[in-house]
Amino acid sequence: MTEVPEHLLRRSKERRAALGLPVPGEPDAGGGPAEASPAVAGDPDKIPPHLLARSQAAGAASPAPAAAAAAAGGGGTAVATAPAPVAKGPEGHTQRLLTVVKAGSIQDVRATPTDKVHVWPHLLIGEFVACMAMSAFLLVFSALVNAPLLASANYNFTPNPSKAPWYFLGLQELLTMFHPMIAGVTIPGIGIFALMLAPFSDKNPSNKPEDRKFAIALMTLFLMFWGVLVIIGCFFRGPGFNFTFPWKDGVFFDL
Amino acid sequence: MAKRLSRSGNGNGNGNGDGHRSPSERLSEVGEKVRSSQAWTSIFRPGSIFRKGYTDSPRNRSYVIMNSLLYHLHPVKVKRHAVKVSYTLCLGGLSFFLFIILTLTGIFLMFFYRPTAAQAWNDIRTLETSVTFGLLVRNMHRWAAHLMVISVFLHMSRVFYHGAYKPPREFNWVIGVVLLTLTLLLSFTGYLLPWDQLALWAVTVGTNMMGYTPVFGSQVKFVLLGGAEIGTDTLLRWYVLHVLLLPFVIVIFMAIHFWRVRKDGGLSGPL
Repeated sequence: MTEVPEHLLRRSKERRAALGLPVPGEPDAGGGPAEASPAVAGDPDKIPPHLLARSQAAGAASPAPAAAAAAAGGGGTAVATAPAPVAKGPEGHTQRLLTVVKAGSIQDVRATPTDKVHVWPHLLIGEFVACMAMSAFLLVFSALVNAPLLASANYNFTPNPSKAPWYFLGLQELLTMFHPMIAGVTIPGIGIFALMLAPFSDKNPSNKPEDRKFAIALMTLFLMFWGVLVIIGCFFRGPGFNFTFPWKDGVFFDL
Repeated sequence: MAKRLSRSGNGNGNGNGDGHRSPSERLSEVGEKVRSSQAWTSIFRPGSIFRKGYTDSPRNRSYVIMNSLLYHLHPVKVKRHAVKVSYTLCLGGLSFFLFIILTLTGIFLMFFYRPTAAQAWNDIRTLETSVTFGLLVRNMHRWAAHLMVISVFLHMSRVFYHGAYKPPREFNWVIGVVLLTLTLLLSFTGYLLPWDQLALWAVTVGTNMMGYTPVFGSQVKFVLLGGAEIGTDTLLRWYVLHVLLLPFVIVIFMAIHFWRVRKDGGLSGPL
């Protein structure tokens, strides 16, 4: 609270003195014109007495002559003539409780606050940096390393070895072990189909790693199986698609 | 924005004023008039930074997303964990970005390439030796293609290890597997186009394998090759697949994929 200026304090003191209100809490029948209301004086704890006194004083100030004349008659009549200072309920309350509505009966209280951030700038900055980094890497790599362009296609000369693109070298590796129908069609077909069915065959609702050891183990095995086959196909297969070591016979592989 | 306009107004002031207003005032008046004109407001939607400039407020942060065709693939807000690079590793977004790079560099390459057995290899050779930036753009196309196969594959692995394919995202996982297959097919069809020894024999190996499809083997092979063996018809067929049909199909599936990411509740929660 700010300090009340001195001249206001002084004025209020004078006014109180003029109205005969030196002690606000004590009902003084002789002092104030409309002071002796028994109903009000009987309930001093409902409304703070100094507030009550002030409002009564303010109410009495305007119809001062009439109220003063009525007050001379006695304490009982002063109740009727003095204007009601505040609208009050039956027990002196200034408001009434109509009903209690419990939270949740008519409101849908959602107790799940989600921690969200704006996409701009938080996500877009990250995406921008990732795109720029990828562009820079691609540009530098392309400036340094040329894409292969071998001799023009020639039906009469089969390179040894002939290799599929690297991502199909796992399948070509399988060709060395199985009939082409198994290696080239059935296994990749089943593989793709099994991948698509993953969410429907994995009924485990948890996504915590400790709850889904089997799924993770199976997928890791699947990925490593292809990874190893592709690496063997890329680097460990030489002329005639025979097994070699890259450090012994060199790499027979174009990207 | 007003500040920038007034500064440039000072630079342009050459006594055109009517004596009462300085050139900078006149210019900012003109700017105000332009920005409140019907043409301007018809182009820039409410909240656009070209209407009132950008100040950082939650309202304007939302408008940035809502007023951009590209950005509004995102929601206005995302869960905090979804922003963490260590969670997604940006792999899905980078796959899409590589697809855009491949589209742009591919359009450039199409200007210099004719898909016939007699011309294809020579066109690539000419592109590399006598077209400005031809070699660089071809390199970028090639390396971006390999990178896209890798990033799509890693994206699939990431999604699996997070268990993000579980309900309600089962269907989007299936779409994702289709996208992986389409990515491999796009890469494989592009592999033939240089028409060099690497292309010819890699595709020979690949199509021989597909020829072993049960029941329909020889028909599948015939359709893929456009004949009994690899030739100029095969080149044309794979060219159209590579530059038109497969991109068309993959864009449709990508649209469904991105849409379902939003509809299925955004990125999945942390582990």
